[in-house]
Amino acid sequence: MVNLKIDNIAVEVEDGASILDAARVANINIPTLCKHPDVDPSAGCGICIVKVGGRIMRSCCTPAAEGMEVITNDAELKEIRKTVLELILSNHPNSCLTCGRNGECELQDMAAQMGVRSEEIRKILSAEPIDDSSKAIVLEPAKCIVCGRCVDICQNTQNVWALSYLHRGMATKITGANDTKLGDSPCIKCGQCAAHCPTGAITDYDTTAQVWDMLKNQDNVTVVQIAPAVRVALGEEFGFDFGSNLTGKIYAALRKLGFAKVFDTNFGADLTIIEEATEFVRRFKEKDNLPMFTSCCPAWVDYLEKYYPEMLPHLSSCKSPHEMVGAIIKTYYAQKLGVEAAKIKVVSVMPCTAKKWEIARDETMSSSGYQDVDAVVTTRELAKMIKQQGIDFASLKDEEADNPLGEYSGAATIFGVSGGVMTAALRTAFFYITGQELGNLCFGPIVGLDAVKVAEVDIMGTKVRIAVVNGVGNAEAVLQEIKKAQENGEEIPYHFVEVMACPGGCIAGGGQPRVMGARFAKPWGINDEIRALRSQGLNCEDEQAKNRLSHHNASIKKLYDEFLGAAGGEKSHHLLHTKYQKRPLYK
Amino acid sequence: MADIDLEKKFDIHEIAKNKLAEIEKFVCNIYCCHSTGCKSSGSDDILDLIKSIVTEHKLEEKIRIVATGCMGLCAQGPLIRVEIKGQQDRLFKRIDLNAAKLIMEKYVIPALDKEVAIVKELEPFVLSLDLPFFKKQEKVVLKNAGHMDPEDISEYMARGGYLALEKALKTMTPAQVVDEIKRSGLRGRGGGGFSTGMKWELAAKVPTIDEKFIICNGDEGDPGAYMDRSILEGDPHAVIEGMMIAAYAIGATEGWFYVRAEYPLAVERLQKAIKACKKNLLLGNNIMGTNFSFNIDIRLGAGAFVCGEETALIHSIEGARGTPRPRPPYPTNKGLWEKPSCVNNVETLANVSKILLKGADWFASFGTETSKGTKVFALTGQVEHSGLIEVPMGTTINEIVNEIGGGVPQGKKLKAVQTGGPSGGVIPAQYMDMPVCYEELKKVGSIMGSGGMIVIDDSSDMVSLAKFYLDFTVDESCGKCAPCRIGGRQMLALLDKINRGKGKKKDLELLRRIAFAMQKASLCGLGQTAPNPVLSTLKFYESEYTNKLVDGKE
Amino acid sequence: MADASNASQVAAKWRKKRGSLIMALHEIQDVKGYVDWSDAVELAQGMGVSLARIYEVLTFYNFFKLKAPGKAVISVCTGTACYLKGNDKVLEKFKSELGIGEGESTADGMFHLQCVRCVGCCGLAPVCVVNGKTYGRMTPDNVPAILDEWRETFKEN
Repeated sequence: MVNLKIDNIAVEVEDGASILDAARVANINIPTLCKHPDVDPSAGCGICIVKVGGRIMRSCCTPAAEGMEVITNDAELKEIRKTVLELILSNHPNSCLTCGRNGECELQDMAAQMGVRSEEIRKILSAEPIDDSSKAIVLEPAKCIVCGRCVDICQNTQNVWALSYLHRGMATKITGANDTKLGDSPCIKCGQCAAHCPTGAITDYDTTAQVWDMLKNQDNVTVVQIAPAVRVALGEEFGFDFGSNLTGKIYAALRKLGFAKVFDTNFGADLTIIEEATEFVRRFKEKDNLPMFTSCCPAWVDYLEKYYPEMLPHLSSCKSPHEMVGAIIKTYYAQKLGVEAAKIKVVSVMPCTAKKWEIARDETMSSSGYQDVDAVVTTRELAKMIKQQGIDFASLKDEEADNPLGEYSGAATIFGVSGGVMTAALRTAFFYITGQELGNLCFGPIVGLDAVKVAEVDIMGTKVRIAVVNGVGNAEAVLQEIKKAQENGEEIPYHFVEVMACPGGCIAGGGQPRVMGARFAKPWGINDEIRALRSQGLNCEDEQAKNRLSHHNASIKKLYDEFLGAAGGEKSHHLLHTKYQKRPLYK
Repeated sequence: MADIDLEKKFDIHEIAKNKLAEIEKFVCNIYCCHSTGCKSSGSDDILDLIKSIVTEHKLEEKIRIVATGCMGLCAQGPLIRVEIKGQQDRLFKRIDLNAAKLIMEKYVIPALDKEVAIVKELEPFVLSLDLPFFKKQEKVVLKNAGHMDPEDISEYMARGGYLALEKALKTMTPAQVVDEIKRSGLRGRGGGGFSTGMKWELAAKVPTIDEKFIICNGDEGDPGAYMDRSILEGDPHAVIEGMMIAAYAIGATEGWFYVRAEYPLAVERLQKAIKACKKNLLLGNNIMGTNFSFNIDIRLGAGAFVCGEETALIHSIEGARGTPRPRPPYPTNKGLWEKPSCVNNVETLANVSKILLKGADWFASFGTETSKGTKVFALTGQVEHSGLIEVPMGTTINEIVNEIGGGVPQGKKLKAVQTGGPSGGVIPAQYMDMPVCYEELKKVGSIMGSGGMIVIDDSSDMVSLAKFYLDFTVDESCGKCAPCRIGGRQMLALLDKINRGKGKKKDLELLRRIAFAMQKASLCGLGQTAPNPVLSTLKFYESEYTNKLVDGKE
Repeated sequence: MADASNASQVAAKWRKKRGSLIMALHEIQDVKGYVDWSDAVELAQGMGVSLARIYEVLTFYNFFKLKAPGKAVISVCTGTACYLKGNDKVLEKFKSELGIGEGESTADGMFHLQCVRCVGCCGLAPVCVVNGKTYGRMTPDNVPAILDEWRETFKEN
């Protein structure tokens, strides 16, 4: 432990903690624009300066040392900070009013806090064009303050290397190699860059206008579904505690927005488990392309298609849950409702930007004869729509989802947590193999935020080896391990592997609320503590659920009886499964 | 038998002895400057011509022709020095092919038999060795440059080369070497001025777990300075020997030279020198029969001034963008590939062998209280004798500019001297008696820097000069940190506005405010010092700024 | 194709060595005069480095060219000594003679004009370098002769 004094307050912190960390322990907020809990300090913005023994240092990257005396805010520091901020503002457009980050921008907040009231420094702005080619996230170079968070996340955390620096000095630009547009780059659309960007330089590909149009059109029957992770994060946009599970309020809000029917992607998660567990049991028995990889994360699918196309046969052929729901709505449900599928519009509320791309990734996404899901809005975008509609979210009374596509099990809701899909699948696979229910429904080793979580499950004497990869950046090591075993003709290390592209799983997806702004006492971005709280919100729901097993979802059973026939059957294959293709890293 | 031969073959004393005996046989030595400066004014052809004349007259056994490193007086190049036994040495300047032929026919060949006078046609080419330019200098680092073939390891040995390494390896402990350097008072010649001995001590303290590196910073980027280039071209082995001694002192396992790609000749000579060391078993395992094993590799820069900053340099070797990172951790703890690394400048390392051979006290006898030894400067700009010089620390600017440099030409007056390049400042003529050392230069708002010394005459406009330097640093800013990236660009815009006659008083205030923020909040030295040329010219020549303002004239 | 295989060979040579990316890029440029997309792709594959990293490096350092420059690359030194001795006027003369700006090439692909920061020949200031040949003590009046010299050189070849 290290003892030091910050603004005369004695603080004790762990070895290796930065001055910035130490100050936060002392409840002193040193402002910064580049440091984020998820990334190493880049020391880029120059705002977090403090004085140590009269010397000006960056608090984000200077380790706290025994006996150190730190001043965080004297007149000189204030003046320097303000000048640096003014310099940053001089290189940033004043288009706040129409910016996608208006009201939730770290730069805007800081300008307000520091009392910048005039523009003494003339603007020098970038004329680089906007890049919306990925149809999932939008890059607006003029708004970039080169904090480096996105590049760090994309290269080091996610190991995708779509974003990089180009040129130097004032010409420094964040873009793909050789200025490749994101849509033609290795980008997997996970959106972690957007989730970490302090300004409006990287935002969602905004589809709210499209959704409002759908809602406006009286000929449409516009229905909506919400992903598991949305329910434990949306509340943050309305002042609720981290991890508050607000499913009922969200249903109510969606009805107020004008959606004709409110469904739940969790229904689709249960359906996915029926199909995926069936597929796994078959492949496990036939030793067909093991290990099998989960396929519900489109960013992970995109990663494998680009970086390891030779491993594609390992992917489960199951579509992701919301795509299954979309296909079922436009076939089974359309019939039930007696409405032409052409008139039904399906909107998915997702914690994810990759889902925006997924809905048109190939022809199997139009298995109903129409595009199965018409639009995806992120959790952040839903929050905006609720605000635009003038809904007092906090005061809403809980409502129920519409049926039959609203019923779900506890197994479904944990899809939003790293390890959740694996847990849900094993519960059902165990039943399929043994005809019995699992005693203990959770698998301790695969819970939590470790990079790669490994376990061995005993199914009546058969050992099933599983791995859960938490964050796509950790996938390469596991894939290499598998490839090496294959090449050497050794026993494969795993039978079943779950991969979620975003660290923590969908609860910390690229489309989730950014933890920042004046409404938080400690406004410094998502971190593992918050990931754990959001996860807990879903895990609690599972623990308290009357039914915690996908194969006991009555509506699902009915769906198979009335419409699909057998799990893994022909109709299922047509509507609920997809195929994969090698994609070039650069087009 | 073979063993004895091998031992003799690689014994530095034996090699030196043989080489000296070989040189002794010649009556005449002709030294042709063959550094980048003189090469670019045609010294290659001149060398060839002289060789052919010697062959033609069958004088190969009497005349030795040596292509050397920089002789210093670059503005007068190509230079040739003729040394005939028992006669006065002669230096010839601005040689062309005709002049070379004349020198050979009318001076060298006749003089082989008996001393001859300089004929009239040759007079314009003669440069007196009694010039203050030569007399006032004190050559420690540049001792060999211009006096030997830099591509011949045996000649380096004949001039005492690798004796210091032998002394260190065979008679001193690493701690003793560190102590000797520490006592000498040698400070980093790259501009930082940090005590070299202390840096080594810090590096030596970090245990060598698997690897430890010594890195030679040859990324001389200051526009208007070429000390390191000339040292590498003129005496590469001195730098290599210094690096090896440093490696021994700190326990380094491998050495890296990082050299500007713009210096192909320096790189080539360095490559040859390293090869020669390997051939003579001076690199590799168990050097000189001791436990010391060491190897050296070269990596090139690619045109980024910021790579002179040690953490940026390390990133560059690693194959990344040359952006600096915050310190701590210092490279001595976590450097190249996260391994402990010690970064030393070319000139710093070139001093090491001399200190070890002649002792710390000898070295400390040059210079001032806090700045010891000598310093190499590239004296350029509006000065008569532009070139490469070496003077004891503490020599006054007046001595350097007016005596060694021969003053400002064309009847103009000295206005100021600029040191420290884009990181430094101007020293107005009224401070001409100021001794040149780290502390004094700082006092007037400049820095020692790496050794660029630019003479400015009274026709120069200081606002434009400041803008010239700022233009450079803005161009070279890596872009990582906001204060430097945007601050420099905004200062440049303000200077441009002022220069166009559109500036107002408040622009000067803003200029100062941004400069202050840049100095205090930039991540690395480049940004922290980039405002210096502006602040220093503002300090001494504020009227030149205000005269350009719309509302400035009183 | 020959160029492409050069990039692969360079990659193979440097792959196992440390700190080799910049060296490999130098070697490609030494042969070809620039580093293009296909070279970068081959180098990325051959060395196991991401293409994004290669372009991060290529665009950071002034030395590397992404496009073919003119046959004769004119480098006007803009170091301090050359600046003080009026190399800006020499640069202007090159611009007006060639009708191109800094960093541009002539339409016929003959000349490329660029500024460099100190070639280390300050004693000869002002200095220009054309394809490795240094011209010292430059004046604007020397410019046409130098251009003619290089036009001749390339006519002969």
